[in-house]
Amino acid sequence: MKKSLSSRRFVIIGIFIAVGVIYILRLSYLQIIDDTYAELANRNALRYVTQYPSRGLVYDRYGKLLVYNEAVYDLMVIPRQVQSIDTDYFCSLLKITKEDFENKMNRAKKYSTYAPSFFEKQISKEDFAALQEKIYMFPGFYAQSRTLRKYPDSVAAAVLGYIGEVNEKKIEEDPYYKRGDYIGMSGLEKSYEKYLRGVKGSKITLVDVHNREKGSFQDGKFDQAATAGQNLYSSIDLELQKYAEQLMKNKRGSIVAIEPSTGEILCFVSAPTYDPNLLVGRVRGKNYKELAENIAKPLFNRALMAEYPPGSIFKVAQALIALDMGVITSSTGFPCDKGLVGCHNHPSAPIVRDAIKMSCNPYFYRVFQREVQRQNPKTGKIDSKYGLSEWTAAMHKMGFGVRLDIDLPNVRKGYIPDTSFYNRWYPTGWNFYTIYSNSIGQGEVTVVPIQMANFAALVANRGWYINPHIVRSIGDETNKFRLKKYQEKHYSTVDASWWDVAVAGMYGVVHEGGGTGRRADVPGLDVCGKTGTAQNSGADHSVFISFAPKNNPKIAVSVYVENARGGGGTWAAPIAGLIIEKYIKREVERKEIEKQYMEAAPCQPLPIGKNTVKKTMEEKNDSASKKQ
Amino acid sequence: MDRRNKGILKSVDWKLIGAWLLLVLIGWINIYAAVYDADHSNIFDFSCRYGKQMIWIAASLIIALFVMILDPKFFSQTAFLIYIICIGMLIVVLGVATVTKGAKSWLGIGDFGIQPSEFAKMATALALAKVLSAINVDMKQWTTVFTAVGIIALPMLLVLLQNDTGSALVFCSFVFVLFREGMSSFVLIFGAAAIVLFILALIINPYILIISIAVLTLIAYFVIHRNNRKVKFLHFLGIFAFCSVIILGVQFGYNEVLESHQKDRIEVLLGQKKDDKGVGYNVNQSKIAIGSGGLFGKGFLQGTQTKFNFVPEQDTDFIFCTIGEEWGFVGSAVVVFIFIWLCVKIIKTAERQRSNFARIYGYGIASIIFFHVMVNIGMTIGLLPVIGIPLPFISYGGSSLWAFTVMLFIFIRQDASRGDLV
Repeated sequence: MKKSLSSRRFVIIGIFIAVGVIYILRLSYLQIIDDTYAELANRNALRYVTQYPSRGLVYDRYGKLLVYNEAVYDLMVIPRQVQSIDTDYFCSLLKITKEDFENKMNRAKKYSTYAPSFFEKQISKEDFAALQEKIYMFPGFYAQSRTLRKYPDSVAAAVLGYIGEVNEKKIEEDPYYKRGDYIGMSGLEKSYEKYLRGVKGSKITLVDVHNREKGSFQDGKFDQAATAGQNLYSSIDLELQKYAEQLMKNKRGSIVAIEPSTGEILCFVSAPTYDPNLLVGRVRGKNYKELAENIAKPLFNRALMAEYPPGSIFKVAQALIALDMGVITSSTGFPCDKGLVGCHNHPSAPIVRDAIKMSCNPYFYRVFQREVQRQNPKTGKIDSKYGLSEWTAAMHKMGFGVRLDIDLPNVRKGYIPDTSFYNRWYPTGWNFYTIYSNSIGQGEVTVVPIQMANFAALVANRGWYINPHIVRSIGDETNKFRLKKYQEKHYSTVDASWWDVAVAGMYGVVHEGGGTGRRADVPGLDVCGKTGTAQNSGADHSVFISFAPKNNPKIAVSVYVENARGGGGTWAAPIAGLIIEKYIKREVERKEIEKQYMEAAPCQPLPIGKNTVKKTMEEKNDSASKKQ
Repeated sequence: MDRRNKGILKSVDWKLIGAWLLLVLIGWINIYAAVYDADHSNIFDFSCRYGKQMIWIAASLIIALFVMILDPKFFSQTAFLIYIICIGMLIVVLGVATVTKGAKSWLGIGDFGIQPSEFAKMATALALAKVLSAINVDMKQWTTVFTAVGIIALPMLLVLLQNDTGSALVFCSFVFVLFREGMSSFVLIFGAAAIVLFILALIINPYILIISIAVLTLIAYFVIHRNNRKVKFLHFLGIFAFCSVIILGVQFGYNEVLESHQKDRIEVLLGQKKDDKGVGYNVNQSKIAIGSGGLFGKGFLQGTQTKFNFVPEQDTDFIFCTIGEEWGFVGSAVVVFIFIWLCVKIIKTAERQRSNFARIYGYGIASIIFFHVMVNIGMTIGLLPVIGIPLPFISYGGSSLWAFTVMLFIFIRQDASRGDLV
């Protein structure tokens, strides 16, 4: 009996061991076989926070900052983790209404209950301070620091462009971008996006059950630091840019200045302009709408996109091509026959340089006629098509009618008509008399202001240009590099020997009696220029291209003042002179003239309610992204 | 006296003491890890729980030494007295205790509080051993059974009244003692069958269950009856009736007696209810913590789940999570192994006792420790419902550590003098 009872210990020991074995098997299942728990643990305790790199800075040509970054915070929410929070308190900290809260929360939930989404974007450092201390009280919420662009001098909006949230299409195309990322939408921000953006990093932080950060995961072994974006060292002269914007304050139009020897853009104004700080942060949407609705179209980048008739500045190109074609010589003269085309009162030009100086319309009517009505060497007959084709090609080589490879997006080509265009336009046939308006830069010819400035640089260089560009080099102080395409010279078809004729003409415009651009003169600087008065549906546009000094030019400028109720010599020429003086002398001594043109508001008011400018590509792009 | 002490050093079971020390140290290390905070890492910081546990451990060493010095007969002689004191304390607790975590089990004197229910287990083991070790005791006699069951049931009832269901359930573990001392093995079998039926009744519709059991018993009857004509149909009818009563009883008991949070815990365990945020939160987080430990664990102080309070009660009832997360499968399997080894070792040691008192007492404490380990670890790995009882020697808490230490060392003391004349 006793023995049998004693053997009962085996039953008990058996039960003990059985439970032990079951538990160890269970543990091996939980810990070794089933790995979902490790995943769940990470989801519990690890928070993957994107480390946004600071976007590259933009400097002017003398090292002054044009764009820098300011820290702001995006408040993120993981809806699943939001539980029993004091909503009223939260709203008061964030300065939003309860209704806002519900809307934002619903939007976040709609996106995902597990994945973080933006609750409130771009909260300023000051506003965020109050929330930061209390954020632990609101599980499910956390902040991500971001940077916003800031523009210390509020200038050069048309050059710098702006950044905005990346749209869904771009996210699909490029896996680098995630919802809520910023991307350059226009200007340098867009064209140098890849350099400026840097490389995003990620940080894994541990969070406790109350969503409080508890330091980095495994001492940051898996963290990836963000790589800051590369800086842009631009060729913009901040002082000149400010000055040019002041000059254009009460006007519509553009100023583009280029250093001829390098193609570097010194100033770039599209007027009216706007303060680039308006399109930053939370106020962007509202301001964007206002700017987009403004009748003067401040968002329309006139210097790149406004395809204007060039007016008489085109005569310089006409003269050069005619000389090169051999249809005139430097001493060819034509009478000022107003029967052919209207002209102002001036003596007939006996030589080319006088024709340029006096801007004689009938003279260039004849010049263009000779250019177009040429003997086709194959057929031996006079063939306008042959002449025009050669003319179109030569114009293209001067940077007209082609898209200049500049480093700003959305540049327009302008238009230089060709034979196929006229064949389509006049199916029953056409000849010189159908197209003569082009001789003086009217008719079908259109040019954008950057092409005008480039042309001025081409003449200044006597036959070549480097593609205009804003950015001289990319990188940081110790390691900069230049883009190759902005070091190559592009030669015109016009032979080197003819350029001095054009330069002499342009010198005469400013310096000689009968010259149309005398007001561009800056004592001691040998300014060369050419006026243009472009006819259009409204008051004439005032146009001027120039460069200085005549020998070894430092600056080439184009000035375009829309509907200026005056010729090129009246408004554009003196403004160009002031720009040249400011750039070369650094200080304008002619204070009276400076004051006069800064205050002048010559532009004919725009007809209210009439949409004068076509909706631009830029705006289309942006409205597409806003839909997202 | 001198000679006897020398004898003790020689005859004492150092393996048991080693296992105790090992578990206590494992406990302290994991309490340290569970409440670790980089700003307060001084191990002697007595405002922290690991600092306090250090004091409990030091005190338990002194208590253990004191127990070893006492005459081995002291405990068999004072068993009833200790039992009565403990019962008295349980009654006092009901009157004056403060409520902690829904249970009224603490007896506080100033800042210092003890849990009489922890000591009641040991007292019951002593009293039971005393009663059953008396000469001419026969478990087949109803009076013996009633006395024994009464000794177990009284403290159990009082603990239950404290609303401390977990600790009350521990007293069920004495069924092993009764079984060893000659209780009919049917009780054990019926008990096991009742548990299986209990679970089945909760998973399967009771009527379908009763019908299928009826069919099964009928089939079993015909199969067995063909081979063994002695078996009567009445036996099978009895089994069927027993099963049906249990199933219906479970239905009634489950719906009418258990409280909603207890029902929830059971339903979560059986997978009938998924609520990882609410009732299922503890178990789910506990499984995540243990499961994420992998084979070798995340390393000392590297646990994220336990450290950042995803697991509740991680230094007391859920301390095993910390072990599982930081020491992985290897660490947790070692702990399970040490416990099972300890329980088996106590049983084996108990069997070599000449004194019935020592043997029965040994079985008592092995059962208590085993039950604690089974329920505590089973809960953390999602095999048993959440029942709040500590892991012996490891969980944070003075009462629990002292009670288990005293419990174990009384046995070690008895064992050390097993050579003495009874």
